[in-house]
Formats: sequence, C-alpha cells, structure tokens
Amino acid sequence: MKIVILGCGRVGATLATMLDRAGHQVSIIDYSNESFRRLDPKFGGETLVGNGVDEEILTRAGIKDADAFAAVTNGDNRNIMASQIAKEIFNVKKVVCRIYDPMRQSTYNELGLETISPTIVGAQMMLEALTHDRQNKAK
Amino acid sequence: MYIIIGGGGDVGYYLTKSLLNQGHEVLLLEKGSTRYQALSEELGQSVVRGDACEARTMEEVGVNRADVVIAVTGEDEDNLVICQMAKKRFNVTRTIARLNNPKNDLLFQKLGIDVTVSPTRSILSLIEAELPGTTFVTLMTLKRAGLEIMEIRVPTDSPIAGKTLSAINLPRSGTIALIIRDNEYIFPTADTKILANDEVYALVSREGEEALRTALGTTR
Repeated sequence: MKIVILGCGRVGATLATMLDRAGHQVSIIDYSNESFRRLDPKFGGETLVGNGVDEEILTRAGIKDADAFAAVTNGDNRNIMASQIAKEIFNVKKVVCRIYDPMRQSTYNELGLETISPTIVGAQMMLEALTHDRQNKAK
Repeated sequence: MYIIIGGGGDVGYYLTKSLLNQGHEVLLLEKGSTRYQALSEELGQSVVRGDACEARTMEEVGVNRADVVIAVTGEDEDNLVICQMAKKRFNVTRTIARLNNPKNDLLFQKLGIDVTVSPTRSILSLIEAELPGTTFVTLMTLKRAGLEIMEIRVPTDSPIAGKTLSAINLPRSGTIALIIRDNEYIFPTADTKILANDEVYALVSREGEEALRTALGTTR
C-alpha cells in the first residue's frame, strides 16, 4: 500500500516506522526537518518538508496515487483540513484524522470523516486500568 | 442581526467596530489573553476570551441564535473549522471565512463555506493594477455568477486599436462596460472606437477571459 502521513511527531514517526517495516510505501510530511530524526534509522520511506494543508506538497508526497492518508500533526484543525483535502480533492479512499478535542471529533465523525481521539481512547484505557486494579483488590 | 466573529486580529477588530456602528449585535472571540485584554478595553462586553473552534465556547456565546458566523483568524485551517462547526453542528445559515492562502478558495467552497474573502488576492490585484506595463487585471470576482470584472489597458500594438466595437469580434461570454480615456469616462456603444492606451473595464466569464485577451491582443 502507498501511504502518506502528515506530521512526524511521536505518533507519526512510530506509525511511519511500523508501516515501513511491514513493507508499505510510506511518504511522511513535516514542517520541520528536525522531526525526521524521530524516524527509525532504517526507515526506507520518503520524507518531505512542508505545510501539509498545501495541495502542492501533498501532490509531491504522491497523494494522487496513495491508498491511504493519515493526519497526525499536533493541530486538530490542521489535521481536519488536510484530511478533507485528501478526501474531497484527491479522493483518497482511506483517510484517518487525529482530533484531540472530543467535541470536534464527534462533529467531524458525523460529517463522515474517520477520526480518532487520543483523548477519549487514552482516558478509556486509563479508566479500565484503574477500575480493573480495584476489582482485583476487591477479590 | 447577531454576528459572531472568530479571531481578534486587526481584521476582527475593525470588523467588530464597523458592524457595531451599523447597529448589529456583535460578539468577537479572541483566544490570546494579552490580545483579549487590549481588545476588551475598547470593545467592552463585545469581546469574549475564547476559542471559536471550541464547540463549548460557541454554545456559551449563543451560537444557536447567531445569524452569521465570520472567521477571520490568520490561519485558514482555523477559519475552516470555525465555519464548518458553526454550519454543520449549530446550523448557522451564513458562514463567511477569510482566506489567507487564495489557493484554498475552491476547497472552502467545496466544503460548504458560504462566502470566502481573500484579502491576499485582493491586495495582489490592486498592486498589480498600479504597476506600469500591466495590461490585464482581475479587479473582482462575482462568484455566484461566475463572472470577473477586468481592467484592461489597450496596448499600442493592439489589433483592434482604432476599430469600433461593432467591428471587433468580441467574445459572446463578455461585455465591455466602460472605457476611460484621458480621465474621461465613456459608456461604449456599438459605434465607440477603441484606441490604444484606453482603460477598458469588462465583465467576462472565465471562458470569456481568454477570448477577450486574444481579441485585444494582450498577454499577461
């Protein structure tokens, strides 16, 4: 699969490394060259410096024939805009967008964007871990 | 009308003042605390500290009864989200976004924003119009009609210089509305002659623009 990732933070870099290892063709975009140091030294994909809400840089990253696009920058709104560009302008089949703000996430989910909120997922996992512990103690 | 404005930069500030003067109920949202303080000294209760991208903030300022939401921050992605949230989540009928990057025009329209305003593009064409040697400038785009108002300076070597309008093969998808010659205005008729160095104002569709260029012998 050809996958374009926007944002090379901890999540973006880890995701890119995992996909690269699994044999996928990965292009990753970040506005800072420094961020690419987070990638595995053996990372074989393509790195591009630029603004991800720009059609030109997305085109250079090969979005036109990408099978999937992931938006994982630190900015919810940037992820939202980039995902909509990928979906509406470039017709990428699989687009996944990270949104921290749960309310924004639910709205865009309703609008048909596939979204993941680390806030909700993280809180849920913490909750399960905490209550699981309490249940064990009760026994 | 109740108008909510997101982004208290220069544009947001002057817009708020001007709309308040027109008698509208206006609420300006600014998320930066320093900027908010400066704004509130002058605008009082018309400015609230908060992020217009946050649904909860928008609920608190009564977005449900807003007639218009205007997003004028310096970031296009923020303006997009402010308008989309207003429109899709709170059913605001009219949303207006400032475009910082003119290239985002089509995307915003496609994503359901009612009106986009691009200061960058306007400034570019205004400056372009003032540059010596420029012959063809788009002054304004009438989006819903798909028309452009163009200003054209007829070059000295134009093939139509000295000919009447009726003798020129003008595109059907456009019309010449006004000619300025030696600081005088002329409302052209079929018998009006076009002369070199005339300033011609024309209304053309996007397809008509190319045909008009060819007819007048202008290149960009």
